[in-house]
Amino acid sequence: MKPSAAIEIDHVWKFYGDYPALRDYTLTVGQGSCCALLGRNGAGKTTILRILAGLSSHQRGAVRILGASPRSGDVRTRVGFLGHGIGVYEDLSARENLVFFARVVGIENRSQTVDGWLERVGLARVASMPVRQFSRGMRQRLALARTFLHAPDLLFLDEPFTSLDDRAIAMLSELLVQARQRGATIVLSTHQLREALAIASHVALIENGRLRFSGERTTEMLEDPALLYRLHTELGAD
Amino acid sequence: MRVLRQALSVAYKDLAIELRTKESLNAAGAFAIAILLLLSFVFDPFSDVVREMSGGLLWLVFAFSGALIFNRGFSRELPNECLDALLASPLSPASLLIGKAGGIFVTLLPVELVSLFVFGIFYNVRWWLHPPELAAIFVLATWGIAIVGAVFGALTVNLRLRELMLPVIIYPLLIPLLIGAIEVTNTLIANHPVTDYEWLWARVLLVFDVVMTALASVLAETILVN
Repeated sequence: MKPSAAIEIDHVWKFYGDYPALRDYTLTVGQGSCCALLGRNGAGKTTILRILAGLSSHQRGAVRILGASPRSGDVRTRVGFLGHGIGVYEDLSARENLVFFARVVGIENRSQTVDGWLERVGLARVASMPVRQFSRGMRQRLALARTFLHAPDLLFLDEPFTSLDDRAIAMLSELLVQARQRGATIVLSTHQLREALAIASHVALIENGRLRFSGERTTEMLEDPALLYRLHTELGAD
Repeated sequence: MRVLRQALSVAYKDLAIELRTKESLNAAGAFAIAILLLLSFVFDPFSDVVREMSGGLLWLVFAFSGALIFNRGFSRELPNECLDALLASPLSPASLLIGKAGGIFVTLLPVELVSLFVFGIFYNVRWWLHPPELAAIFVLATWGIAIVGAVFGALTVNLRLRELMLPVIIYPLLIPLLIGAIEVTNTLIANHPVTDYEWLWARVLLVFDVVMTALASVLAETILVN
């Protein structure tokens, strides 16, 4: 076990009924690195992220986050998770949503932190409006604020760039860069290769629940984002 | 202390949403009043029989209208996958279940209070003769309904037919609680002396609440995550 590993996924198998969604999956993510999980729909990216976030259990193998189980209280205090859903309540206002999650994660100076984040994601003027009146972009920005609210050491983001407008993509990219600068470990799944590869330090390519490639992100990958698919998957880049 | 603080946050959030939407309150309140109104045509309001069976009428109405409230408890977490956001957070599953039960409890109590007033008018019953004892029984029995509703609401949250499944699963479990509540409420409303028999049922309610709350806390992780 490397002491610098933040995440260790060791020979993990996960079944949905008889179907193996993950097959003998092994991956190590170092502390402070940003790993982009790449792969086509149904490859197993979301399954990995749900296991890491403690939302799903695996049948075989072991998963360790900072040396502990993903469900341990200490780990969950340090995790920020953004799944397919935005994870905010439609009938509460933006401020009420953030205050609630600030209470849940145990932030001391809630009011100040929440106001700061509302300002940062450009929702300060509509902070008292119920989320159901928000546009899609505004909801996404609120979801980002919820995820980053407690400055988590570990970020698990499932297709975070999907359906974001240019402004929100820039905001997310900036938040991820800042998170890396303060030493956070990031695992994100995505189909937006360019955005993800620009931020990622490492790449893991999954196909049919199997790890096809994992390693550092290279300059060649940035120049030709489809290169990985061509080299390491059975179907190639098409 | 932390579990309790987090549970209060969950209950407060649920009540804030409920006060804004009033979806459970309106449905449960209207249902309770409609049932009481309909049954008032079945029984003679001036008959002593009504007083003798008032507990049964009331608690069946509360249990059925309660289903409309605890059905909403966890299904409120489904849009936008809020349940995932909560389970991935440091919120303990026990806090989540107890908080949900707290939200159901506080929503069901006003429905019960309004129903009591309506019951008093329609059935010509003086229900206020033993207010502290009646309040204690209402609190104990309502918490029992709320905690069982929260636990099974969590278990059925991902079922397609959860609105149908939930009452089918819950009512058999609530039988001892409802019998106890009915027996003591009958005695209190009929203004009979409270005997050891009623105290025994009151203790059954207390034990039911303690056991169910403890089980919910211990099994919360299994119920919500696994």
